[in-house]
Amino acid sequence: MSTLQSPAIPEMPAVLFPEIASAEGKFRTCIQCGVCSASCPMSDAMDFPPRKAVRMLLEGRFDEVVKSNTPWLCVSCHTCTSRCPSKLLISDGLFPALRAAVMEAGQSLDQDLQTALQKTYLYGNPMGEGPNKRTDWAKTSGVPVPVLSQVRRPVDVLWIVECYPSFDPRGQAISRLLARILNLLRVDFAILGREERCVGDCEWLAGERGLFEMLVERNIETFGKYHFKEVLLTDPHAYRSLRNVYPSMGGRYVVKHYTEFLTERLDQLKPLFRKKLNATVTYHDSCCLGRKMGQYDDARTLLKAIPGVKLVEMIPNRESALCCGGGGSTIYLDHYIQERVKDRLADRRVRQAAATGAGVLAVACPFEPSRFEDGVKMTGCEGRLVVRDIIEMMAESMELI
Amino acid sequence: MNIAVVLKQVPDLVEGLEIDASGKSVDPCSVRYILSESDDHALEQALIIKEQVGGRVEVYSLDTGEAKEAMVTALAKGADHAVMVDAGLESTPDNHTAARVFASVFRDKHFNLILTGVRAIDDLDGSLGGLIAGFLDLPYVGLIRKVQVEAGATTTIVEKEYPGGCAAELAVTPPAVLGIQAAERPPRYVPITRLRQMMKTATVEELLVPPPSLQPIGIVRLFKPEEGAGAVMLTGSLEAISQQVTGLIAEKHLLR
Amino acid sequence: MNKYIVVVAEHFRGQLNEITFELLGKGREVAKSLGGKLIVLLLGQDLRGFIGELGGADIVLAADGQEFREFTPDIYASLIGSKLKETCPRLVLLGSTSVGLDLLGLLSGRGAFPCIDSCVRLEAKESGVIATSQVYGGKVFAEIALPEETTLVAVVPGSFDPAAGRIHGNPEVQAFAPPPDMAASRVAFRKLIEPPPGDVDITRAPVLVGVGRGIQNAENLSLAEELAAALGGAVCASRPVIDQGWLPLTRQVGKSGMRVKPKLYLAFGISGAPEHLEGMKQSEMIVAVNTDPNAPIFSAAHYGVVADALDLLPALTEEIHKISMKKAS
Repeated sequence: MSTLQSPAIPEMPAVLFPEIASAEGKFRTCIQCGVCSASCPMSDAMDFPPRKAVRMLLEGRFDEVVKSNTPWLCVSCHTCTSRCPSKLLISDGLFPALRAAVMEAGQSLDQDLQTALQKTYLYGNPMGEGPNKRTDWAKTSGVPVPVLSQVRRPVDVLWIVECYPSFDPRGQAISRLLARILNLLRVDFAILGREERCVGDCEWLAGERGLFEMLVERNIETFGKYHFKEVLLTDPHAYRSLRNVYPSMGGRYVVKHYTEFLTERLDQLKPLFRKKLNATVTYHDSCCLGRKMGQYDDARTLLKAIPGVKLVEMIPNRESALCCGGGGSTIYLDHYIQERVKDRLADRRVRQAAATGAGVLAVACPFEPSRFEDGVKMTGCEGRLVVRDIIEMMAESMELI
Repeated sequence: MNIAVVLKQVPDLVEGLEIDASGKSVDPCSVRYILSESDDHALEQALIIKEQVGGRVEVYSLDTGEAKEAMVTALAKGADHAVMVDAGLESTPDNHTAARVFASVFRDKHFNLILTGVRAIDDLDGSLGGLIAGFLDLPYVGLIRKVQVEAGATTTIVEKEYPGGCAAELAVTPPAVLGIQAAERPPRYVPITRLRQMMKTATVEELLVPPPSLQPIGIVRLFKPEEGAGAVMLTGSLEAISQQVTGLIAEKHLLR
Repeated sequence: MNKYIVVVAEHFRGQLNEITFELLGKGREVAKSLGGKLIVLLLGQDLRGFIGELGGADIVLAADGQEFREFTPDIYASLIGSKLKETCPRLVLLGSTSVGLDLLGLLSGRGAFPCIDSCVRLEAKESGVIATSQVYGGKVFAEIALPEETTLVAVVPGSFDPAAGRIHGNPEVQAFAPPPDMAASRVAFRKLIEPPPGDVDITRAPVLVGVGRGIQNAENLSLAEELAAALGGAVCASRPVIDQGWLPLTRQVGKSGMRVKPKLYLAFGISGAPEHLEGMKQSEMIVAVNTDPNAPIFSAAHYGVVADALDLLPALTEEIHKISMKKAS
């Protein structure tokens, strides 16, 4: 490792200025109540927990904050933002700006994160897979998965598969099952195939606003070539971006997470559930779908509709659910975080799941299966607890596996 | 310290590449280009030296239609000047041709160090750095992982990698060409916002030079290796597999 | 141009490197087809001990002196260059190594010799000499007809059989010294930096247990160490493991690490990225273990197992101990 010293940052990084230093800066309304630090699952490990970081920034001590570990330990769980009495955008405003400030000041980045951002820039996905491989997962799905550029006609549903569900083996398995479900429901859908690029959310949370904007522009241009009525997603981060951010940049669509989409079709689904699962299930509310987008019920409706499923709730749940640690950009910072935090968030959440007595931990976000499965191994719950996406459970009951 | 860095664009292997109909070159339509990895390290090393002892870093690239973003990225990282050398070439030439062009460009300039990546994935006829050094009769050391420059010193100390984890510490008298394997720290990141801004505002000097005479390598044909059937897959219980593998090891007389 | 094949010998810490014997074996073959002579260029200090190993050569041109004790590119290139101009050979063979690659560009540029790198095959045919080089990370091979003039060819270690070049004998030695007007060297050797003491040279281990991301954490390395110990081998790793700091740089196998050619390479939890394959695909026998049946490593391996490395490592170690105990009793 280099022994080069980084010089002191001489003045407030421009990207932080509006949030903090300007007279209109909302952060001047922070009352220093500490709810953010108290709610933050990572505050113990941070050099400066959220409340203190805000205080220091208001005092002009940005050099210390920008160089600390604080910007990189935030997992974007949005608990702070959801509870702040001054309604400040902390995890989804200040922290991305802090990260952008780190980059703007030329500070070195964690290599895993830098690589993921560079690969996203070059290939439209953080794994660095060639765009041609976007359809590899569909080859063994056993049902047709139409690609828009090939079918060349309007479709009802544009299914944006997103990066993890396209390239990660665990995610690919779930994508294949969803394809089978959509097929059985006779949904008229298509995917983008090699034209698909990351929808973008993690990049912006990581502080890379420029990369995020580039992706948005590119995607709006691609979507504009086709006619579709709705967009279907399994990725809550992409869902949030498409719902909340794209419209302001010219991309306005009807966007649904699969839990909402399939709940709308519950009457069609119910007769297709043939197999009784006989499982006690607990559902993990992902931060993005839950706290950020306010959606808690559809997932539970789907689970309760599966024969033989008994639903139990973890403590905490819904608005208070504990993050899996996959976060916005922290999915690329696992190594960084593991060096600083002994008790992984995913392990803590798995223990909470195991405490309910459930045999299945159900999830609805593609980041979660691998993280929680690692957690099951690390906490010694192997054999007692399995992790399943709701899609997998429905597919099992529909005998599509 | 006045440093020149030579950057080359190479085919990106992520999507694979195809051989064209002539069978003698890569099909340019099947390929996208990125900056050669060790050239990125060479640039980083040059910027580190500039931060340590001051001076100037200029980046050079042959204009074959692909290099602008790499040049602007270099400026965004802190290079002082970028030069696109237009020798009337439509595609990346072999390294001898490229080296002749750069040698003519650098001959009358007074760089203390010329840095470039020690090798690129499309190198067939020797490393660009070594050839530039040969044409200019400058010293050259390749496979460098560390460069130490001290203000006022007459030599530059470098660490050259050898196998087995060893390295040689050498003192090089500038002007010299260095073939960089790895910079002392990973290449720095440029936020895309800054890059996009600079793509609109940055100026890259266009240097027109006479087209070099091409003495192409006598490529008879390019071909892809045959894809073998792959591994013989062993199946069964852990115990059964262990027994099979141990049997294979015993056959090779490797059991003690 | 004379029908000479020149081999530039490489040595390190008192031993001739294996690449030298690879080049000698191939050089002899080509010299024979051309009806020419095999000449070895040997620079260093106290070279007498090497001569007997160079029995495959017709002539050894030796420059023995303090100033050549360690390789430095400037003076080596000057001296070799002047000898090449004198002897005017058909072909000059060097290793595509840290030494050879420095020399390749310098000699080619200074002496206006054409040159080819990354050669893995070489044949002298009626029509001329054909070299095959690997390029684009080994994804493409280029067959090249060498021009009819002195050409330098750098050969990838592991391409030719060193046994063909290991011939003991008494070749003719012509000692030479640098000309008095040769310019002073602009590169000076200061010292050799060794890896931390006690660490293993994986390039010399007959058996290697390679670990990748599938090993999951540093604690699990002990499973690999036990297997390696049972087989008298060493543990090496792909880049991700080294980047995590779980093993030192000297254990890295791959493009930016070591190139290894053990009798047995057991790959556990290694996906088989081309950068890694480049470093180990010439192993005599490769057995790969990975949970992903589509892992690229399976196309390079001889045998494959779809299983969790953490399960198979201890099972395999146990089986080996069992068999070894049987053999002993």
